[in-house]
Amino acid sequence: MNNSVRNTARLLTAGLRALLVLTVVCGVIYPLVVTGVAQAAFSGKANGSEVTSHGKVVGSSLLGQRYDKGTDKQGNPIPDLRYFQPRPSAGLGSNRKATPPVNPQYDLQVSGASNLGATNTDLIKAVKERKQWVATTYGVPESQVPADAVTSSGSGLDPDISPEYALLQVNRVAKENHRSADEIEKLVQDHVQGRQLGFMGEPRVNVLELNVALRDLTQGQR
Amino acid sequence: MSPALAGVLQLTALIAALALAYRPLGDYMAAVYSSPRHLRVEKVIYRCIGANADTQMRWPAYLRGVLAFSLAGVLFLYLIQRLQGHLPLSLGFASISPDQAFNTAASFVANTNWQSYSGEQAMGHVVQTAGIAVQNFVSAATGMAVAVALVRGFARSRTGELGNFWADLVRGTIRVLIPIAIIGALILVACGAIQNFSGIHEVGQFMGGAQQTNGGAVASQEVIKELGTNGGGYFNANSAHPFENPTAFTNLFEIFLILVIPFALTRTFGKLVGNVKQGYAILATMGIIWLGFTALMMWTEFAHGGAALQAAGAAMEGKENRFGVGSSAIFSIATTLTSTGAVDSFHSSFTAFGGGLQLLGMMLGEIAPGGVGSGLYGMLVMAVIAVFIAGLMVGRTPEYLGKKIGTREIKLAACYILITPTLVLGFTAASMVLPDALGSMLNTKAVGAGPHGFSEVLYAFTSGANNNGSAFAGLNANTPWYNTTIGLAMLLGRFLPMVFVLALAGSLAEQQPIPETAGTLRTEKPLFAGLLVGTILIITGLTYFPALALGPLAEGLS
Repeated sequence: MNNSVRNTARLLTAGLRALLVLTVVCGVIYPLVVTGVAQAAFSGKANGSEVTSHGKVVGSSLLGQRYDKGTDKQGNPIPDLRYFQPRPSAGLGSNRKATPPVNPQYDLQVSGASNLGATNTDLIKAVKERKQWVATTYGVPESQVPADAVTSSGSGLDPDISPEYALLQVNRVAKENHRSADEIEKLVQDHVQGRQLGFMGEPRVNVLELNVALRDLTQGQR
Repeated sequence: MSPALAGVLQLTALIAALALAYRPLGDYMAAVYSSPRHLRVEKVIYRCIGANADTQMRWPAYLRGVLAFSLAGVLFLYLIQRLQGHLPLSLGFASISPDQAFNTAASFVANTNWQSYSGEQAMGHVVQTAGIAVQNFVSAATGMAVAVALVRGFARSRTGELGNFWADLVRGTIRVLIPIAIIGALILVACGAIQNFSGIHEVGQFMGGAQQTNGGAVASQEVIKELGTNGGGYFNANSAHPFENPTAFTNLFEIFLILVIPFALTRTFGKLVGNVKQGYAILATMGIIWLGFTALMMWTEFAHGGAALQAAGAAMEGKENRFGVGSSAIFSIATTLTSTGAVDSFHSSFTAFGGGLQLLGMMLGEIAPGGVGSGLYGMLVMAVIAVFIAGLMVGRTPEYLGKKIGTREIKLAACYILITPTLVLGFTAASMVLPDALGSMLNTKAVGAGPHGFSEVLYAFTSGANNNGSAFAGLNANTPWYNTTIGLAMLLGRFLPMVFVLALAGSLAEQQPIPETAGTLRTEKPLFAGLLVGTILIITGLTYFPALALGPLAEGLS
């Protein structure tokens, strides 16, 4: 009896010691080595791919953000149509404990999806409303509105829109900026990224990079 | 090029990459687990542990090692979460509540990585890097060790000795997981995944002002989360978050990492039992099921059934533009057919049929190809059952790899396959009658309200007991009821099967080998692979069909 207690104690100690030494290897040395090499070799990327414009950081090229001109009386953001607009964002992980903030969209610290099912009435309603908004705002028939313009992404921080959605916004953006549609369309075409190696993923347009280029183009006017 | 064609090409590229890695990695792992020599760093580690890595263990001793090590893991992880508020580098996050800390500790030690917390809202550097990421390594290495012990049970005779747990654990970590993880992490960083310790800091925004954002050791955690089929995300959005999975290439690379060890272990198995063709038969079985599921998933996602997706025009809800539908479908099958549970797109928003495939994939017991180690031992237990059924059909004593499958072996195998269904169906049923548990369902307003909500709960327990960890995240799982029951389901679903696997291994290793005769079932032939696929589908189908009918089937048909 006494012997088996001693054996159990010895075994548990061995388990704990194994855990501690492997914690040092996998939890301290490994991440520090990786961080060291990453910071030395790819410091821009390892620190979040920040984009600067005229010496100021304007965000990360990997994370989406909103382009608003303030909020209305209810606290809902008003999109600034001089700029290209991103996808809708649920951006509210279901694990969020605090009461939802007024504007959780593209909140960098609340990544997440809507998690609404394909037959969920809230989602059906949201998709239809967004479709109507895009169609009216940009003056196109609803049948031309692409899927990514009316659905929220998995991360809620999708930095990209489809080329279709970007092109659909061209006329309105050109008008708001007093520019010709051809000029803006060329800007969009220059920012379309094809599939990686021709077959990986989907073609897309990085909204932040496009808007930075757009602001550079139009800056003289404001 | 159409998105569907691009999807097929991505799948083809993935298969080619896996095929290239199969032999070298499988042979390497076979050498690692049978080498008599220790590396210098390993000798230092054994001295720290105070264990003799050269003693052979019989199955009870091997099991005691597994359990003692895992118990230490649960306690340590629980403790550092409970103390988080007092630790340095915690980014100001408070300590985690007892039920959630238990759930998370159980989850990561059981290789499940179910998360009832939101990474960027709750966990600081210490818990993420020195707690969670460590279990990503060692729980994977533990799974591989148990699988190798079972393979030794088949390979050895008249001994009962299954190897040394400490040696298998340390070798799996030092020689297999860490080298791949270092290279993989740097590839991810080169593509844009972050790797820093800048904590919570401000980043300027285009329209002016700034936002708070989280820095962290993300790439180093991301790579082992996929490679060790763990799945717990640094951020709430998991592998959909651009800092975890920045490009379409990294998405394919992460799928590759998920699948590479589970598939290559079949080569290791073939090498260790002295007949690589036996490994190919197991590989073929896994491959057929995986490919079938992937094809069905791509088909249903491109067809985008369901009123909301029909209105949108494509199944893009919960999916990222850079991946698109095809790549997301491949990821979601890879993650549910292994015990990974990482997500690059949100499963709750898939088509009803797609959600059903994810559920069914986990219900198969995650053996196609399954978690690192757990996939192989799960599949070998299924092979034992298939051999037994074949034996009954022709009236011969069943045997597999020269070992007799007698009463004791079949009892252990039967216990193994009964554990998870019991946990899944038992806890789901209990949740359906408790008012508190019912209140956690998000999708109660869905058309056909009941079915999607039921699917969420069924998915949660299926995911927990099978050690997957992905979620139909509509369910608010951070309640004492779900934290505790899912925590229990994860621990019991991980360690009870290991008990039976190791007992089976011990029993096999004690046997005399039976010489092969003309009447022996040729388990390296396609016929056997076909029989094995059938056995898996029939057993899973009979067990779960009633529950699936109440959830995804009812939703899909409504």
